[in-house]
Amino acid sequence: MDGIDTAVAIAAGTMRAGTPLVLAALGELITEKSGVLNLGIEGMMLVGAVSGFIVTVLTGSVYLGVCAAIIAGMLMSLIFGVLTLSMMTNQVASGLALTIFGVGLSAFMGINYVGTPIAGLKPIAIPVLSDVPVIGPVLFNQDLLVYASYLLFFAIAWFLYRTRWGLILRAVGETHDAAHAIGHPVILIRYLAVMFGGAMAGLSGAYLSLVYTPQWAENMSAGRGWIALALVVFATWRPGRVLLGAYLFGGITILSLHVQALGYNVSSHLIATLPYLATIVVLVIISRDITKIKLNAPASLGRPFHPTL
Amino acid sequence: MADRQTPQLELSGITKAYPGTLANDNVDLTVLPGEIHALLGENGAGKSTLVKIIYGVVKADAGEMRWLGDRVTVNNPSEARALGIGMVFQHFNLFETLTVAENISLGLDEPHDIKTLSGEIITISERYGLPLNPARHVHALSVAERQRVEIIRCLVQNPKLLIMDEPTSVLTPQEVDSLFGTLRQLSKEGCSILYISHKLDEIQSLCDAATVLRMGKVTARCTPARETPRSLAEMMIGSALPTCKRASRAGKSETVFSLNGLSMVSSDPHGTDLKDITLELGRGEIVAIAGVTGNGQKEFLCALNGEQATADARMIEMLGEPIGKLGPKDRRMRGMAFVPEERLGRGAVPEMSLAMNALLTGYLRNLVRRGFTRTGHIRSFARDIREAFKVKAPDIDVEAKSLSGGNLQKFIIGREIMLDPKVLVLGFPTWGVDVGAAAAIHQAIIDLAARGTAILIVSEDLDELFEICDRIAVIAEGRLSPSKSTRTTNIEEVGMWMSGAFETGGHAHAS
Repeated sequence: MDGIDTAVAIAAGTMRAGTPLVLAALGELITEKSGVLNLGIEGMMLVGAVSGFIVTVLTGSVYLGVCAAIIAGMLMSLIFGVLTLSMMTNQVASGLALTIFGVGLSAFMGINYVGTPIAGLKPIAIPVLSDVPVIGPVLFNQDLLVYASYLLFFAIAWFLYRTRWGLILRAVGETHDAAHAIGHPVILIRYLAVMFGGAMAGLSGAYLSLVYTPQWAENMSAGRGWIALALVVFATWRPGRVLLGAYLFGGITILSLHVQALGYNVSSHLIATLPYLATIVVLVIISRDITKIKLNAPASLGRPFHPTL
Repeated sequence: MADRQTPQLELSGITKAYPGTLANDNVDLTVLPGEIHALLGENGAGKSTLVKIIYGVVKADAGEMRWLGDRVTVNNPSEARALGIGMVFQHFNLFETLTVAENISLGLDEPHDIKTLSGEIITISERYGLPLNPARHVHALSVAERQRVEIIRCLVQNPKLLIMDEPTSVLTPQEVDSLFGTLRQLSKEGCSILYISHKLDEIQSLCDAATVLRMGKVTARCTPARETPRSLAEMMIGSALPTCKRASRAGKSETVFSLNGLSMVSSDPHGTDLKDITLELGRGEIVAIAGVTGNGQKEFLCALNGEQATADARMIEMLGEPIGKLGPKDRRMRGMAFVPEERLGRGAVPEMSLAMNALLTGYLRNLVRRGFTRTGHIRSFARDIREAFKVKAPDIDVEAKSLSGGNLQKFIIGREIMLDPKVLVLGFPTWGVDVGAAAAIHQAIIDLAARGTAILIVSEDLDELFEICDRIAVIAEGRLSPSKSTRTTNIEEVGMWMSGAFETGGHAHAS
């Protein structure tokens, strides 16, 4: 029975390790589907993480902290939106700048909070469902943000492929000139998509600093923002594959921790690279159908939109 | 329609300036209910700007618009649609990865569900003879089917005015007839149509009235049926239609270039594969490849210029030598020259000066020595092109993109002709080029052939091809029809071929 318990523990850990990626990557998915490439996820996550942490320490409420993280992520993305959508700056350069800015700003904001202890979000077992063997403890004995990530996944998939606004969003991302000529507000839709991406990155940051490891450490996202970005591309802009990639990353992260605990004589730095490498390799292999890529990739991605007036 | 009705649409004093040009200068236009009204003019005369103003995509600087006598302002396409204005754009506003029904849904303002909409699409498509399956993805549709999507997108909203911007430039002659049938039916039902074109015969057969634009100004109003093509052309370009002179060629000459069962899989998933194309070009011969865009022309041009190598080198032969595996530079060194379909981006680098653009392919003409460019030679080469082909440009240091389409095309074709090629391949040489420049380009092509160059022209403009080519073949879904002398075939037969109705093989070398 010991083996099953270990497996359940690993699976439950996988869900938690994958959740920040699910959140950030789904946000970026919406942003990119509208045709905007925001490379600033890492920066938005860090600012979200530190803002959520500070507000939690000051108010004593984790929930207020989560709200603060969402708002902080959104504000960061708004800076990016104003630069790229209103001032037509280059999206790649602006996104990189946003990340650099976010790394510095979060370190500055959190300087007095490094090592401050807080009580993070505790798991809430869902009655009945959590009693199901294996699946119960893995899926339904988690904290609120993990549950939120389930709901957000279904909501986003439904929004993109089942609603009129989802259709308009995809259309804007594919051919913005045509969308404009038909009369859809391209810039407005892109602002909303960018801000949703920012909010999700902020939430993802909050998960790191308030739930996953309830503390603030400089640069604590450790490249997860970049992995989220890669997930979206290698998952060929499909929500289901984003989810798969995120949990794959989470699973290998947890597994490599167990491998280290078993005391194999492999450099821990090398093992730490494994989740990044494996996730990308797997997604590249399952998503190499060029036709499918062309059908799902937003064709206007990264291209600035200049309406003719 | 002679009695005085309240006009469906009345524009007065519409003016719109862009930096450097006055696109519309005090334009007045009146369209009566149920009237098919032609807006006639050359490329760049301001037709597209005017209809974009009507549809609310572009804002006018001055002027007013009346709809059934009431003054209205249209700030965006949704307001135009609410009035009852529908528009079919020249460059389709469709989304390739979405279905027909989704595309049509995107053009509607009121909420609806895709299932009921699909039903409506089928009803309308049957009523107006526009067969279309709402569940198909747009990338899998032919150009004519795409246009139907655009038209049905307008018709589901019961328009009172339908604007059609150059709708026939992408259709076969038979498809044009069927489109005209639909438009006449709509007009009988009381829908006004504003029909934009520069094709005179179409306007004469279809339209009740015409307004002619030249350089942004209204230069004439007329009833097309009472005019001649010549008088219409004079109103449109301000002078008589230029014609080309050519000596008639007789007999067969030695083959310099041949395609032997050329087959190629397209690198674009939405593209067309080439299937077993066989064709021979003789010395001094001009051969036309007609066909509706999207039937493999892009892939065909890529295969010819060497952007994509063929599976077997012998699929393309020049002077008996297999060249199918050679890249563009090696083919050029053997005496081939190319004028690609896209002027800006492939034919020329938009941000570079004319002189630097001359170097792009002129490097074969002694413009480079030991890896260094020879500025003096380059500049004099560029100047020679400008002189010889009457390119209207202030000097050779201006950016390529600052030239009008016609002038830049003259420069690009001139550059290739100056290389004195043995084989010249041209992709859509007069697309978007004004009538005067097109005539100059035609004459230059004819003169080059007279000096012995074998010339292959891929175009969709049948009038042009019949005017200057010796032989014509049609590309349809990646297959090539047999070729026939332009003197022994006619537009109807070629039109049939364009819809794919021909025997495969294409081995015939008609003499």
